[in-house]
Amino acid sequence: MSAENLETSPNQDNHTGNGPPLLELRGITKSFPGPAPGTTIAANDGIDLTLRRGEIHAVLGENGSGKSTLMKVIYGYHAPDASKVSPDSYRWLGRPALPGSPAAARRLGIGMVFQDFSLIPALSVAENVALFLPGQGRMLRRRQLVRRIEQFAGEYDLEIDPRQRVDDLSLGERQRVELVKLLLAEARLLIFDEPTSVLAPHEVDGLFRVFSALKDNGYSVLFITHKVREALAVSDNVTVLRRGRVTATAPSRRFDAPSLVAAMVGAENAPPSAAPEPASAAPAVPKPPQTPPAHPPTTPEQTGGAQKETALEFREVSTGRAPRPLSRFRGTTPGGLNAVSFSVRRGEILGVAGVAGNGQRALGEALLGLEPVRRGSILLFGQPVTGHTVSDALKGGVSVIPENPLSDAMVPDMRVDENLLLAGLGRGRPAGFWLNRNTIANRAEAIRAGFPLTMAGPAAPVRSLSGGNIQRVMLAGELGQGASIFLAYYPTRGLDVLSAGATRRLLLEQSNAGAAAVLVSEDLDELLALSDRLLVMYRGRIAGEFAPSEASPQEIGLLMTGHT
Amino acid sequence: MNFRLKLPDSAPSLQAAGPALAGLPAARAVLGVALALAIFGVFILASGRDPLDALQGAWRGVIGSPFGLSEVGVTMIPLVLTALATAIPARAGLVNVGGEGQLHTGALAATGIVLYFHVGAPALMLPLMALAGCAGGGLWAAAAALLRRWRGVNEVISTLLANYIAILLVNMLVFGPWKNPDGLGYPYTIPFDAAAILPAIAGTRFHWGALAPVLALIVCYVILTRTVWGFKMRAVGGNPEAARRRGIAVDRYAAAAMIAGGALAGLAGMVEVAGIHHDLRPGISANLGYLGLLASWLAGHNLLVIIPACFLMAVFLVTGDVLQLTAGLPSAAGMALIGLVLFLVLGLRRLERRPL
Repeated sequence: MSAENLETSPNQDNHTGNGPPLLELRGITKSFPGPAPGTTIAANDGIDLTLRRGEIHAVLGENGSGKSTLMKVIYGYHAPDASKVSPDSYRWLGRPALPGSPAAARRLGIGMVFQDFSLIPALSVAENVALFLPGQGRMLRRRQLVRRIEQFAGEYDLEIDPRQRVDDLSLGERQRVELVKLLLAEARLLIFDEPTSVLAPHEVDGLFRVFSALKDNGYSVLFITHKVREALAVSDNVTVLRRGRVTATAPSRRFDAPSLVAAMVGAENAPPSAAPEPASAAPAVPKPPQTPPAHPPTTPEQTGGAQKETALEFREVSTGRAPRPLSRFRGTTPGGLNAVSFSVRRGEILGVAGVAGNGQRALGEALLGLEPVRRGSILLFGQPVTGHTVSDALKGGVSVIPENPLSDAMVPDMRVDENLLLAGLGRGRPAGFWLNRNTIANRAEAIRAGFPLTMAGPAAPVRSLSGGNIQRVMLAGELGQGASIFLAYYPTRGLDVLSAGATRRLLLEQSNAGAAAVLVSEDLDELLALSDRLLVMYRGRIAGEFAPSEASPQEIGLLMTGHT
Repeated sequence: MNFRLKLPDSAPSLQAAGPALAGLPAARAVLGVALALAIFGVFILASGRDPLDALQGAWRGVIGSPFGLSEVGVTMIPLVLTALATAIPARAGLVNVGGEGQLHTGALAATGIVLYFHVGAPALMLPLMALAGCAGGGLWAAAAALLRRWRGVNEVISTLLANYIAILLVNMLVFGPWKNPDGLGYPYTIPFDAAAILPAIAGTRFHWGALAPVLALIVCYVILTRTVWGFKMRAVGGNPEAARRRGIAVDRYAAAAMIAGGALAGLAGMVEVAGIHHDLRPGISANLGYLGLLASWLAGHNLLVIIPACFLMAVFLVTGDVLQLTAGLPSAAGMALIGLVLFLVLGLRRLERRPL
């Protein structure tokens, strides 16, 4: 069957209506072992999906709704539960064809672009493509390959140079290399797992134009997103998943933003205030209710002097290696800071926008004292602290909500309560020498009591938790320390809509109670909704500063990618 | 010695006893041992002997006889200590391959007390020697810890190479200035006097040095599971990046764990010279440092599992000696058996860790 599939190039059957659908799924069920021994959790529970040739299909759902699992079943990476499989479960061009491995799926003509790309940075684009293609023979016919890559890149306006090394490419460019790989491998169904999460706003538009061009040439595109706006922007059909089941599937013109949000979170959960504006302007996730963008202090306490006190100040801070004259990176080490200045007052939230890898991480490293400050100074409440240790920073009231909780904040083999205890260690809690179970339990209970979201039980090892649960445990630990300066990285990443809203409210509460906050996020809607001021970072510099009311996403997007 | 074991991606964290024990299902360990014995049996068969006979003989000679059991105990005493010497640094994320060298410097330091600071009372002499043993092993490990902290030298390499230096240092002393003038030219120090000897239990070689591993295990366990210090140590081992970001001085804790491990191996050296050899000589260790390393890996660096792991290894070592006598097999048979067990138990554990 694979031979036949390869013969017919997508261009030759460029009609969507006739013949069997490209892919038909019926009753796909995929279970994973549950938290308790012997139990299972159905990540996919009886999912039906139909995909025609030349169709763009968005799969929409919150984190943990089973989108990625479904894609991995389609791509042959996960085998669906054997007890629920029938010949009808998986039909490719009308024939039963359940692939037993990704290789088998690729032979059918299915290609997948994963969230974390599978490119080798030290090799060129062409070499990476060559590694992926089967049947290359022993010799690398580089020139021919380069020509074919250029041909595809030209046809779809992908702007990639096959001779460039992959580590010189931006994430958006790497994504396009992944796409070329699949096209050269003659894939006809292109699956994208959260393709927009690594892109700046205007790059998202570019990707969607590529999707449309692919569709015109008879390719089918299946992409995952958790953003309602993206699902509506480009797709022919939308399937909404919630807790492993399909809650809605229809042509996208039959949906509007409120109906999709309702299908995502469940009608009973959609707060009335969350109903977004018309589809064109709908934010990806509902804004927290009763939170105007610039929030005035609501309690009399902070209207006084404390409100104005500058809590955190960066003065011309540079980190990383000193610039070399011939470096490709004008100015500084990639990821480092270059003469960054800003200040945040108590009760203020400063948003930081930027494509990941433009110095955001170095902000936290410098603030925590992990990365030496080469030039400039950092001030906490007016006191210079440059050259400080992590312990100094933590005792000075700093709390950094890290980008990757599992690698930067948690000890995976420890229990939830032990990890909550860990959050206070650098601040001298617990003091003393002996540590017994009661100390741990009491501390965990105190933190849990002050945290409004549901959290995993104290005895579960963090390793066994889902991403969203780990994020909640980390947030509880950080927010429960009484810190006065927060630097939060993507605090709502991995959370469902309701938890994300609650987390934003928590940040606002901390701010209203007099804490200063720096919010680093890739979600412009979130930044615009929460920030009092907004910075844009590009290559370690501050590329622009806005009040949220005067910022347009297009303008921010251009600054994020170095267009000034 | 087999160092090319596939090391797991991260040293398993030392939880309180419960979760860690659950992480090493006993069934898998038993299966590994049974498979190893079966393969070993095939080799005995191939060498023209009856494996069941050999096994029976070994059982009678080791578990079934008071002498065999006492020899197992004698082997376990230093083995538990050198296993801890690997397990404690592993808790902080370090690999200590230097148990052998630290054992030698510990024995050397303890002997130095006998030679130069001799006190007549055993109640004073033995604790003094034990302290010296700890100091000797600890200082030897400290060199590796400091090299790592200041120069970024990988501790696997530095501790391993330091083993050879330590062994040669002992040889240099016993062939040179410390040689017993009345020893007929043999490279031994003068025999220890009664005050410097750990008394044995009548008729066997099993001696009061057995208290050392028991105390060491209890102290290590309590520190790791019941103190803030141990909690931080476990955090450092479980995720150094998270620990650093929580304000824990990761380097300091790692160095402390390494030095503590060295001290435990040094204590094993003191126990061996004071309990078994009663002098310092070449070959005091019989690879006890390396065997302890293997026992710790076999136990997944879990303090409580170290006891059965060391028991198993001691039984196999003694079995090797017994088989030499009863079945005419080379004494390396015991080592071969240990190798098979490690291979299978670690291999089976690897299987369950396969990513989703």
